[in-house]
Amino acid sequence: MVKQLSWKVGGQQGEGIESTGEIFSIALNRLGYYLYGYRHFSSRIKGGHTNNKIRVSTTQTRSISDDLDILVAFDQETIDVNYKELHENGIIIADAKFNPNKPEDTNAVMFSVAFTQMATDLGTSLMKNMVAVGATCAVMNLDIKVFEEVVGEIFGRKGQAVVAKNMEAIQAGFDFTKEQLGANAGSMELDKADGKKRMFMIGNDAIALGAIAAGSRFMAAYPITPASEIMEYLIKKLPDLGGTVIQTEDEIAAATMAIGANYAGVRAFTASAGPGLSLKMESIGLSGMTETPLVIIDTQRGGPSTGLPTKQEQSDLMAMIYGTHGEIPKIVLAPSTVQEAFYDTAEAFNLAEEYQCPVILLSDLQLSLGKQTVEPLEFDRVEIRRGKLQTELPEIENKEYFKRYEVTEDGVSPRVVPGMKFGIHHVTGVEHDETGKPSESAVNRNIQMDKRFRKVENIKFDTPVYKNAPHEEADVLLVGFNSTRGAIEEAMERIEADGIKVNHAHIRLIHPFPADELSALVQSAKKVVVVENNATGQLANIIKMNVGYANKVVKFNKYDGNPFLPHEIHTKCKELF
Amino acid sequence: MATFKDFRNSVKPNWCPGCGDFSVQAAIQRAAANIGLEPEGLAVVSGIGCSGRISGYINSYGFHGIHGRSLPIAQGVKMANRDLTVIASGGDGDGFAIGMGHTIHAIRRNINVTYIVMDNQIYGLTKGQTSPRSATGFKTKSTPEGSIEQAISPMEMALTAGGTFVAQSFSTDLKDLTALIEQGIQHEGFSLINVFSPCVTYNKINTYDWFKENLTKLKDIEGYDSSNREQAMQTLMKHDGLVTGLIYQDTQRKSYQQMLNGYSETPLATADLKLDQAYFDKLLEEFK
Repeated sequence: MVKQLSWKVGGQQGEGIESTGEIFSIALNRLGYYLYGYRHFSSRIKGGHTNNKIRVSTTQTRSISDDLDILVAFDQETIDVNYKELHENGIIIADAKFNPNKPEDTNAVMFSVAFTQMATDLGTSLMKNMVAVGATCAVMNLDIKVFEEVVGEIFGRKGQAVVAKNMEAIQAGFDFTKEQLGANAGSMELDKADGKKRMFMIGNDAIALGAIAAGSRFMAAYPITPASEIMEYLIKKLPDLGGTVIQTEDEIAAATMAIGANYAGVRAFTASAGPGLSLKMESIGLSGMTETPLVIIDTQRGGPSTGLPTKQEQSDLMAMIYGTHGEIPKIVLAPSTVQEAFYDTAEAFNLAEEYQCPVILLSDLQLSLGKQTVEPLEFDRVEIRRGKLQTELPEIENKEYFKRYEVTEDGVSPRVVPGMKFGIHHVTGVEHDETGKPSESAVNRNIQMDKRFRKVENIKFDTPVYKNAPHEEADVLLVGFNSTRGAIEEAMERIEADGIKVNHAHIRLIHPFPADELSALVQSAKKVVVVENNATGQLANIIKMNVGYANKVVKFNKYDGNPFLPHEIHTKCKELF
Repeated sequence: MATFKDFRNSVKPNWCPGCGDFSVQAAIQRAAANIGLEPEGLAVVSGIGCSGRISGYINSYGFHGIHGRSLPIAQGVKMANRDLTVIASGGDGDGFAIGMGHTIHAIRRNINVTYIVMDNQIYGLTKGQTSPRSATGFKTKSTPEGSIEQAISPMEMALTAGGTFVAQSFSTDLKDLTALIEQGIQHEGFSLINVFSPCVTYNKINTYDWFKENLTKLKDIEGYDSSNREQAMQTLMKHDGLVTGLIYQDTQRKSYQQMLNGYSETPLATADLKLDQAYFDKLLEEFK
């Protein structure tokens, strides 16, 4: 019996690799296992190697594992590309159709199972995925009954006969493989899970749910990997709530439409990835200058330019902090788990209205698309705070404009939305006075510029830095943001086992940078290893700039398109001592 | 009831004396009063350029955005509050150069916004460069040898993009322009009104006199039927686009908001943000 294992299914894009992984995952999730999936895919619809690696564990896990237990292959390429991940006792289950060839330099065992032929014999080759699922069940000694419910849900609308056929395909794969196992029987059997039914979702689902919970009823967006799932989810749900999503003609329209809707009083937002964010930069400046709330989600992917559109990277950090010409107050958040993605998205709408500025919520491909088991999201924890939004106004005479940009102590001015009597004012991206009228006066310029920046001097954000710091004085402080959290957490245990004292800080409020929150941990560590998926060490540079101790900061970068693995972080820390 | 004076504010426009935009401003103010709007029920969104300043010269809610983006902002405003009257405005550079993508898509999307373009066939605020509306051969600072590009025909373009309200006017025809703006606002769907609004400083070709000489009023064309798209297109081609009046209106096609599934009958901006816990629980259940 094992506590966790990793299973990978691979083949050509478009032949159902994704759905095989999906069925496998949903069934195991319902048994109470914690799942963590990561898809390797390409920017094309059909063809090209794709795989879905899924970790199954009896405890929560937020990282891809270093190695692999079971590899299900629909083609030889899947074996060739992935076999080196298999550990000593790994198992390959391959479709007999392509006469699978096991490389010589592996001790893994291979079972050739006629996925396609068995499926064809049962009626259609399309069911080869089900045969593969059945074969997996045999290897893991799982009762195939767990798939009955899921198969029923997926194929139910096609009729009972189809459901029954698919179950037969699973049974056939199971029976055949079971016979072959021999000494390998039971080697991949998982400890029993707790049977609790938990949610199974991607980060983008949590972001969309966060927006709904926060009262967002309008989204304007343009399709892009890896952000599209957010709009696709809301297109299904917002009509239930009177709202809608508009798929705009481009990224600029998405951002400016969201600005228009926010100006008119709706919590509107947009979501994109790097290329889209580049196009939204001028709009972000407009939001900052006009003090119109705006929430933008940036699901980072491999850059620059079109870059690696379907691969993991965290290289938008500086662009999100500084992007747009001129200077504006801005808030940048970076959730590190799916749960945080939910709460932080909801909070982003509060911050945007309270500070009347753009709020960018950073995610990354691994967090946005990694499908995983998620503990309950607590609706009670979501607050709705609208800052200085006015609902009633005193009468004003002589058609005076409302002082939308009134100079206040905290820099935040009362805000009204169109439609309100006595609230008429002008809004412009040109420098303006308290009523929104354009002004080029030097005195006014300083007053309004200072007012805008005063707003974000004392941002209130719960837990700007996630800390797991058991040591008063540590040998290593590991720092990261977004999805690297899982790999860092897992590496920590191993580093500790080597006798190296390690603390962990994960930055959740990227800007304004919470230097005070981090500095004590930096001070008390011998080395600060900043783990990030980019080439230049953007977070490391931000830490040097804001916290100092440049000589302690060690950049640990990975920018080949793949997420960090725990052993890489472990090895890096060992090398330092 | 508000009069056109209620739509005036104390701001003195920074337009040159004699600029066509003054009349457009007056026509918007009159049209708003004529159809019974109150200043707080009107939002004027504008782009960048001389004409972009118009949102600050009308006593209503005004949003002066960024170059070429008045339309997406205006559509966002309208989606958020369907009870507001939303006018988008800007120049020919704003709408037919940098913002052309938005113009075509706003036309085919058909959200209930009125778009008024002040078309002077030149870039004025940047002191005289060619515009996509400048005629071939037109000499400017950026085309000293004369423009070698083809001018855009916005009205024909609007018809092919599926426009449901396509109109054109001349800034001195204050009465006709006011009436067209009223009709445009009342049209259920997107309305585009292109207004020839001469630049007296930088355009010495397309002057007031030039327009008077070259424009044909559609009401003077016998048998012109503004519900006939084919006739509209032929007339535009015959007159090289130099016609004024309501060119085409489709009263059958529903607006985007009318067709939208589930869209709130009351302004989204007034919706209760707090979600029902049971609904949220149901959403989470779907992930199990």
